[in-house]
Amino acid sequence: MFKLAKFVNLTFLLLSSCLITDIAFAQNSGSRFPGIGRDATSAEVAAWDIDVRPDFKGLPKGSGSVDKGQQLWESKCSVCHGTFGESNEIFTPIIGGTTADDIKTGRVASLSDRKQPQRTTIMKVATVSSLWDYIYRAMPWNAPRSLTPDDTYALVAYLLSMAEVVPDDYVLSNSNIAEVQKRMPNRNGMTLKHGLWSAKGSPDVHATACMTNCVQFVQIGSELPDYARNAHGNIAEQNRQYGPFRGADSTKPPLAKLPGAAGEGLAHASDTHAASSKGPAALFKSENCAACHAQNAKLVGPSINDIAAKYQGQSGALDKLMDKVKNGGSGVWGSIPMPPQAQLSDEDRKALVTWVLSGGK
Amino acid sequence: MADQKRRGQINQAPENFISQELIADLNQNGMDDARRGFLRNGFMAALGGAMGVSSASNVFASEGDPVILEKQEWQTTLGKNVATMPYGMPSIYEANLIRRESPGLTRVSAASVAFTPLQGLFGIITPNGLHFERQHQGWYNIDPEKHRLMINGLVKHNRVFTMNDLMRLPSVSRIHFIECGANTGLEWGNVAVPTVQYTHGMLSCCEFTGVPLSVLLEECGADLKKGKYLLAEGGDGSGMTRTINLPDVLNEAIVAWGMNGEMLRPENGFPLRLVVPGVQGVSWVKWLRRLEVGDMPYATKDEAVHYNDLMPDGMARQYTSIQECKSVITTPSGGQQLLDKGFYNVSGLAWSGRGKIKRVDVSFDGGNNWKTARLETPVLSKALTRFNIDWVWDGAPAILQSRAIDDTGYVQPTIKMLRDVRGTRSIYHNNAIQSWKVGSNGEVSNVQVG
Repeated sequence: MFKLAKFVNLTFLLLSSCLITDIAFAQNSGSRFPGIGRDATSAEVAAWDIDVRPDFKGLPKGSGSVDKGQQLWESKCSVCHGTFGESNEIFTPIIGGTTADDIKTGRVASLSDRKQPQRTTIMKVATVSSLWDYIYRAMPWNAPRSLTPDDTYALVAYLLSMAEVVPDDYVLSNSNIAEVQKRMPNRNGMTLKHGLWSAKGSPDVHATACMTNCVQFVQIGSELPDYARNAHGNIAEQNRQYGPFRGADSTKPPLAKLPGAAGEGLAHASDTHAASSKGPAALFKSENCAACHAQNAKLVGPSINDIAAKYQGQSGALDKLMDKVKNGGSGVWGSIPMPPQAQLSDEDRKALVTWVLSGGK
Repeated sequence: MADQKRRGQINQAPENFISQELIADLNQNGMDDARRGFLRNGFMAALGGAMGVSSASNVFASEGDPVILEKQEWQTTLGKNVATMPYGMPSIYEANLIRRESPGLTRVSAASVAFTPLQGLFGIITPNGLHFERQHQGWYNIDPEKHRLMINGLVKHNRVFTMNDLMRLPSVSRIHFIECGANTGLEWGNVAVPTVQYTHGMLSCCEFTGVPLSVLLEECGADLKKGKYLLAEGGDGSGMTRTINLPDVLNEAIVAWGMNGEMLRPENGFPLRLVVPGVQGVSWVKWLRRLEVGDMPYATKDEAVHYNDLMPDGMARQYTSIQECKSVITTPSGGQQLLDKGFYNVSGLAWSGRGKIKRVDVSFDGGNNWKTARLETPVLSKALTRFNIDWVWDGAPAILQSRAIDDTGYVQPTIKMLRDVRGTRSIYHNNAIQSWKVGSNGEVSNVQVG
């Protein structure tokens, strides 16, 4: 099997390189930038140009039944979307909230009332091509591009049957999809008549810039509910813990009075500032040991290899060197003293010395 | 234990913390080390017990601030080597300012948002590590040697470009804001989140470098008479696709690889993304792999099912794209705590998808009276503009608002004005004036006025 796969790969590579040789001549003759880019082959365009428009340009030939769609759905899709496309566990529901009347009018009535708790995909989508395009290009969520065109027809057929847009024995295909479009529940529910498509479009609200006595009564209409005060974690830890604008400690009730210029009563530098635990090799660099010591070569001080060799097998070497790192020392390796490294915690010091004595491994 | 945060301040002593006996002793015998220590300790004890008691006394606790009087570690020991952190990191004291998810917003992190901490940023440029993230199907580190851009559709030549090709072309660098269409969407109905990071943090502004889209389209012989629409497609699992209004953006859009002087970060589309100034972030397709010139909109999933504005009559505005003029005060802002009465520099950001910011007004009384803020330079088209205004807080409750005006004359509306037209279920494109209430305890909280 392995050899065969390798052979196939090799053949593919050879073929590709032939193609590339051909392509090298496929320059754009009117180019302002000679040598930049190349013409795409028709196979390349076909491989990537998979979008399907509302007029079905780009839709490949094929078909799929509701039955087949249900089987595919249950094996690949229902885990996220529920058996009937109704699940709200991972993504918002796909199916629900449309009626037979919506299919007649092409407007989903539940979009203008508040009875439907969730706006489902089938309530909102105006064009069946949008469903086909997205499922084919991006589903299943964890294995995009693994569906064939026929699979996709079948899955769209199953979704539409659950929404009662097509009957349960329907076979959706490229030749009847335009008929299905005429039954999409929200096909008349979209408009492009608004000012937010174009930068030159007209705004829909027209405020004025009043400067004085603009509102007679300032009324607070909505405040953050108490239960939401800490719903995003402790806000103190999401702000600088110095400077004039500190985060409020949302794990506690609000302060009863101003903290004062000293910030009395505010949360303080917490463990968010604790140095994260590093390996000894990282410590060796970050704590400047590398300024004087290298792995193999003598710099200002001895190399790690030399230290490890000198103390190999000696009892008490760890304690002796830990003391030396902490308090400094001189005379062992030459005239230049080892400066004390009092900034290191005992734990880091031990990790470093153990690492050095092991030869930096 | 002496508090690190408190040590920087020299405070007035609380009243009567020095005994009459000590004053007499000092008058008679002067200062010595013992008396200094006694004074310092006595002051700290008194401070702990009597904080908030105002005093007319000008007696200081010591000869000065210990961080001045005492030698500090960083003055007396060897600092770190150059290139200890070869790509650099912010100070450990900045560890709180990071991108954060809003709990409960989405159920899977691969299809979610991480918000920029606007409450701690300065100027108009967003550091690359803090640029907000919106992923639809997780992000990848795409090998730039294997990345291709294809241009097809209504063009004379379907063309393929490698990164090597693209980076040889004449490039431009421009500073623009990017804002997700859903930014502030959590607030359409009611106040829902505590801080500006979650109300407005799907907003960033960077210098983007790349080749103008128009150069590439011209090179391919695009038919710009028939081709009014551009489909931009991403190379990720979601194959993110979005219809772009081509004539509108042709002069400004960039096929970009650079962001603030370095390559794009993977989570922001490395190695290639589309930059569409003024247009909502979802159209700035990341990992851009294909551009198709077409003669009709494509109705792809995100513009057909999401990112449209549901009106009260049940009709949805599709292909809403432009981010209208908007502003927000970032300091002070929700969840923050003012230390004391007195002077503050109130600062914020303003932007418009239709052009330049012309003016920003700030109100300290919930919108009854307004003062014009200072705009800091540069003031660029379709970029964030920083504004500042002086404020002396007298300790009374206040409501802070900012209101931006762009060079089309559009005035940022109140949330009520928006709701009057669009209802309350419109998720996207909320550019309402933001209100922050300052309580008499100095805590700032998110409120809606009206």
